Amino acid sequence: MLKFVAIMLDGLNYAAWLFLVAVGLTLIYGVMRILNIAHGAFYAIGAYACASALGIYYTLGLPGALAFVAMGVVALVVGVVLGLVMERGVLRFLYGKDEVLMVLVTYALFLILEDGVKLIWGVESYFVWQPYAHFGYLEIGGLPYQVYDLAMVVLAIVLGVGLWLWLVKSRMGRMTTAVVADREISAAMGINVTRIFATTFAIGTAFAVVGGVVTAPKIAVTPGIGVEVIILAFAVVVIGGLGSIPGAALGALMAGYARALCVHLAPEYELFAIYAVMAIVLAIRPHGLFARTSGRKI
Amino acid sequence: MMKTDFRKEPLYIAVLAGLLCLAFFLPSWMRFLLQTALAGGLVSLGVVVQMRAGLVNFGQGLYYCLGGYAVGMLAVKLGITETVILLPAAVIVAVIAGGTLGLLLSRYREIFYAMLSLAVSMILYGLLVKAASLGSTDGFNVPPLSLFGWTPDRAIHGDVNYIVTVVLVVLACIATARYLMSGAGMLCEAVAENEIRLQYLGASPRRVVFISIVVAAALSGLGGGLYAMSINHVDPLMTNWTTSGGFVFVALLAGRGSTIAPVLGFFLLELVRTVALDVAPNAWQLILGLVMLAVILLLPDGLWSLISRRAKS
Repeated sequence: MLKFVAIMLDGLNYAAWLFLVAVGLTLIYGVMRILNIAHGAFYAIGAYACASALGIYYTLGLPGALAFVAMGVVALVVGVVLGLVMERGVLRFLYGKDEVLMVLVTYALFLILEDGVKLIWGVESYFVWQPYAHFGYLEIGGLPYQVYDLAMVVLAIVLGVGLWLWLVKSRMGRMTTAVVADREISAAMGINVTRIFATTFAIGTAFAVVGGVVTAPKIAVTPGIGVEVIILAFAVVVIGGLGSIPGAALGALMAGYARALCVHLAPEYELFAIYAVMAIVLAIRPHGLFARTSGRKI
Repeated sequence: MMKTDFRKEPLYIAVLAGLLCLAFFLPSWMRFLLQTALAGGLVSLGVVVQMRAGLVNFGQGLYYCLGGYAVGMLAVKLGITETVILLPAAVIVAVIAGGTLGLLLSRYREIFYAMLSLAVSMILYGLLVKAASLGSTDGFNVPPLSLFGWTPDRAIHGDVNYIVTVVLVVLACIATARYLMSGAGMLCEAVAENEIRLQYLGASPRRVVFISIVVAAALSGLGGGLYAMSINHVDPLMTNWTTSGGFVFVALLAGRGSTIAPVLGFFLLELVRTVALDVAPNAWQLILGLVMLAVILLLPDGLWSLISRRAKS
């Protein structure tokens, strides 16, 4: 019974984390057709920025509860600035190139940013456990569970629903949907595609940074954390169907529970549980669960 | 798409063979780098073979790793250290894997092909990292191999390995060029151009893709075997996505113009990597990334375009 509760909660918690790191990737791919490997580096930068900012915050002796506001500010500022710099500085010169070439461009950016992180923050580990311990434990079905982890699930749901509402309800969001459907026609109808691209990339980057910021208190922030993330996020996004936000949510749930099951029942298979799910899903539904259909061109 | 012409291929391969013979007189560290790079170059050539059908394999390291581990495991677990047995075994293992996966993968196109092949290679990575008997993330050492029952002295073992590598790489290039000029090879371009028209003409795109997957697997398995033979060590990083990313990078930049381009291109990548690591041990990835960006921005058609453009004008 205890094991069942643990699997349910761990799966949910892991799914929330996967969703946060994967949804930005799927948004950027859906709108811009860029499979962004640098996403993993954005996540790492978020984690480092959070660790540094909170380090300063706690040495100033400010109240513990407001640290969460600081985390939010860090995530937003770093995410938007980083996203705009990357998009305006590099990617905009390469629009219209082959999708695979763009993967390599972002791979090159990933390599550059990884070493950039090492040059700025050094190679030692950073620890900021205070926010993680702040809420303490909550007993669920006889199992004490970190409230911080549950709060992360809530955050993932709020941000996911928020992003979806923005896309469906707001003017900017609907224009973005139009650009997804047909870039040229929407440009002809007077939509500023350049601005949509820049905004989308900034939002997607901000999601990766948020993922890094909320994870930083749970882990030792060390070089190399970005590499693992990117490949997991890829798997999640591909399971759900590239470019689909509900798909990313479902993919995250499937991958999260696959991992939780493995961790508790067969720990030796943990490392490739997610890829196995991805391979099975792709074998049955080649384009992912929520893939857009496309016509046959003769 | 650029139309490819392989009539000059024998000439290019002869040039490659000549260069590799001259390289015999390079400083030994550089010749060793060239030797390991040739093994990797075969994997890049495998990526190019699939790229001609419009497919980019982001998990080609899978076959490279299988070839390397086949050599390593046969040598360590069964005590077989004969090159003449081990290298064909590496190719056979890779071909079996490619043939099995090819049945599934030949249904996929575009980014989904890339992602699914990536997933399979990462599953192997996960398995190997967990396999304590195979040294987990450290991998394991491979004993020095013999050639037709003859074990060369330490002093000349490097020379012998280099000669074996060069001969096999040149033969592999010739074989690949023959495949690319054959019917199945020519049809790859048609698959990339328009599959449905190809079907109307009575050819099976799946079969064409399947064959290219198997050819690429064979090349990569041989590459993995040669790598294990050269550095006497194998580890799971051979099938990690970062390794596969390097193969794809070289394949894209080398272009589809010639079989020798990816082989030489991989050497250039390794050279940049080595020099960067020497100049700036903490920032070599940064240098590599900047070089990659620069090449993509300045030479969008690949390095080979420098040669083919000159040939045209």
